[in-house]
Amino acid sequence: MDCVEQSNADAEAPSVIDRYFTRWYRADMKGKSCEDHCILQHSNRLCVVTLAETHPILQDGRTIKSINYQISNGCSRLNNKVSGKSKRGAQFLTDFAPLCRIMCSDDTEYTIYSCIRGRLLEVNENILETPNLLLGKPATEGYIAVILPKFEESKSITENLLTREEFESVVSKRSLSQPP
Amino acid sequence: MLPLKEKDKPIVQKLLTAGCCARCVLRFCCVSVQAAYRQAQHETLKELQTFIMEKENNKVQDSAEIKPHNTELSQTVEDPPCKKAKLDPTEAVQSETDAAAMVTLKKESSVCVVCLGILQDLCGPDQAAKIAETVKAQNYEFDTLVLSVSLPAQLCVREHSCWVHVKKEVRQKGLVLDKDDVIQVKEAFKWVMQGLVTRQLEGVAVVSKSPFEVGVEFTHPNTESDCHFLAKCCPDCFKPTKNKQSVFTRMAVVKALEKISDGKFLEHYPCPPSEQSGSCTPQDIQCLHVSVFIAGRYNKFCRSLPQTPWVIDGERRMESSVEELIAAPILSAFRADGFNFSSSGREDVDVRTLGNGRPFAMELLNPHRSRFSKVEMKQLQETINKSSEKIRVRDLQIVTREAMSRMKEGEEEKTKSYTALVWTQKSIENEDISFINDIKDLTLDQKTPLRVLHRRALAIRQRVIHSMNVRFVDSHHFYLGLKTQAGTYIKEFVHGDFGRTKPNLCQLLKTDTDILELDVEVRIVAHVKEVKGDLLCFPEQVRICLWAIQNILLYFMHKIILRQ
Repeated sequence: MDCVEQSNADAEAPSVIDRYFTRWYRADMKGKSCEDHCILQHSNRLCVVTLAETHPILQDGRTIKSINYQISNGCSRLNNKVSGKSKRGAQFLTDFAPLCRIMCSDDTEYTIYSCIRGRLLEVNENILETPNLLLGKPATEGYIAVILPKFEESKSITENLLTREEFESVVSKRSLSQPP
Repeated sequence: MLPLKEKDKPIVQKLLTAGCCARCVLRFCCVSVQAAYRQAQHETLKELQTFIMEKENNKVQDSAEIKPHNTELSQTVEDPPCKKAKLDPTEAVQSETDAAAMVTLKKESSVCVVCLGILQDLCGPDQAAKIAETVKAQNYEFDTLVLSVSLPAQLCVREHSCWVHVKKEVRQKGLVLDKDDVIQVKEAFKWVMQGLVTRQLEGVAVVSKSPFEVGVEFTHPNTESDCHFLAKCCPDCFKPTKNKQSVFTRMAVVKALEKISDGKFLEHYPCPPSEQSGSCTPQDIQCLHVSVFIAGRYNKFCRSLPQTPWVIDGERRMESSVEELIAAPILSAFRADGFNFSSSGREDVDVRTLGNGRPFAMELLNPHRSRFSKVEMKQLQETINKSSEKIRVRDLQIVTREAMSRMKEGEEEKTKSYTALVWTQKSIENEDISFINDIKDLTLDQKTPLRVLHRRALAIRQRVIHSMNVRFVDSHHFYLGLKTQAGTYIKEFVHGDFGRTKPNLCQLLKTDTDILELDVEVRIVAHVKEVKGDLLCFPEQVRICLWAIQNILLYFMHKIILRQ
């Protein structure tokens, strides 16, 4: 009695991300080569900050030594407390606000940035316990943070971000200019 | 004849001089005989005038005979003209009465200072005819009606002023006139109008409590400022309103009048109240029938139907909704103006509701028709079911207002049954998933799902999955049946919601999983009584069998009768 045809079978069924989210990208964050971030924007305007597949942390078999949400003496993203429907008490982030610092086994350190303006709702504490989540599932369980942009800005925040196609063309240009 | 006593004479005198109409005078004399108000005004006025004349006449005679003369009052009413003729030329002592008589005669046609015309020309057969006309035009179904009267707040002030005016007089005689004994303008109005309206509406009784209310409203813009001084004297009685409505509500004005002292009142307001040239303006007559409540159970068979209309920024995102499909035939049958829909829980747009159906209740606003027999309700239910394949309704019945509030009760205590179609990324076999059948009372920690986080608080909810069962479909699909605590997010349990629901099915099966379809099954719930004889009670197969058996029996009986 379904009045809507459901696409059955096939392992290529649209995933949760494809069904609810739009992917936006920020390439070469703060001018640093290849430090690409992927913002998953939900149809209800919430944004999930994740590492793009091209991020150096995910390359060359690196492992993660530590993840630190303490970004300055006075501020730890772990102290972010949100209450109520209007999410009062949340730390307000701007595009270049740091979310966390990740130290890899080869002593390289990377800072992950917010990329959008909005209230910080939560940071992923699961990756503190299980850093491998970030390596294995950067787009889902290895997410970094959830941000709620202001209602008025929900459309405009993506103005500075690249669509999937745009990002892919940026990436392909990179590999062309890379020395073989 | 008017049931007035000697002690009433000074009150009558004073009020007539002040400019009160005949009926208001009766009110201040605490006359509670309804018939007295029903007689024509000018008759009452004449009787009052005669009544006070009598006093003056008796003064001339032996004052000791005043008491026995009370009974004779009624008899002497017959020849007022002669008495008046006698008074004018001869009794110079009675010049005061003369003046009073002249004054009262002059004021016969002017607007009453207390009721501003409401108990004068605004209450009588003409108004009753207007009321009856409006009621008939709006075509309601009703046995009785209640007349509700809304008067401008400043009438309270005027009433108070007159009361203070006569209080002095009364106290001098050593009597007390309690404000509560004075008949209210509203009451007197209703005493006059009720009988007249009944006659116009062919015998429909006008009672004090009825589901059908006819509202009559009066305003008097010229005197609206009469109340304003009260705001200065008793500011705590008047709360500022957020709407543009006036602060001077009837209740607030009455409260302030109770508090204010006579002295202060007299400082700010004339006593007796000022004359007005125009009477009140009647507003449009409003008819309102009390709400009727309908309850039932609904099934939803469509995966693209929201429960309530889905509108964002004035634009409709999805066609129709459960409540609109159910409400449309009901609204037109009951000829109601609108509705409020309430259900015991709800489901997502893409989830089907199976089983006995989800209980719901509707309040129908201002129904023009309110009585339906059980048969008619069944027919209405059929109409709804025939109107759309997307929903089905059963146990449709008329209930009380309490049913609406009971809808939400027990939502937390229920156990819910779901069936989900699950997709797995890795290839599976039946053996891989059979362990799920043995999992009992699994406690989940669910963070508020991302898909609702924009409008709900961030929190972790503990919910229990009581039991599950699996039905293998193919190497990437299986059906998962679940019995869970109310409030469990099934979709998030299946796909994990970025790992924010723990444990989740991905972790249990050690593969990415996703949910393709979800159905919810509602078991029998006591909130909505089963309507006996409703075949929809029985599951589909049993119904078909019963129907077949019924038809076979009828066929054979028919044959037997024909043979005979």
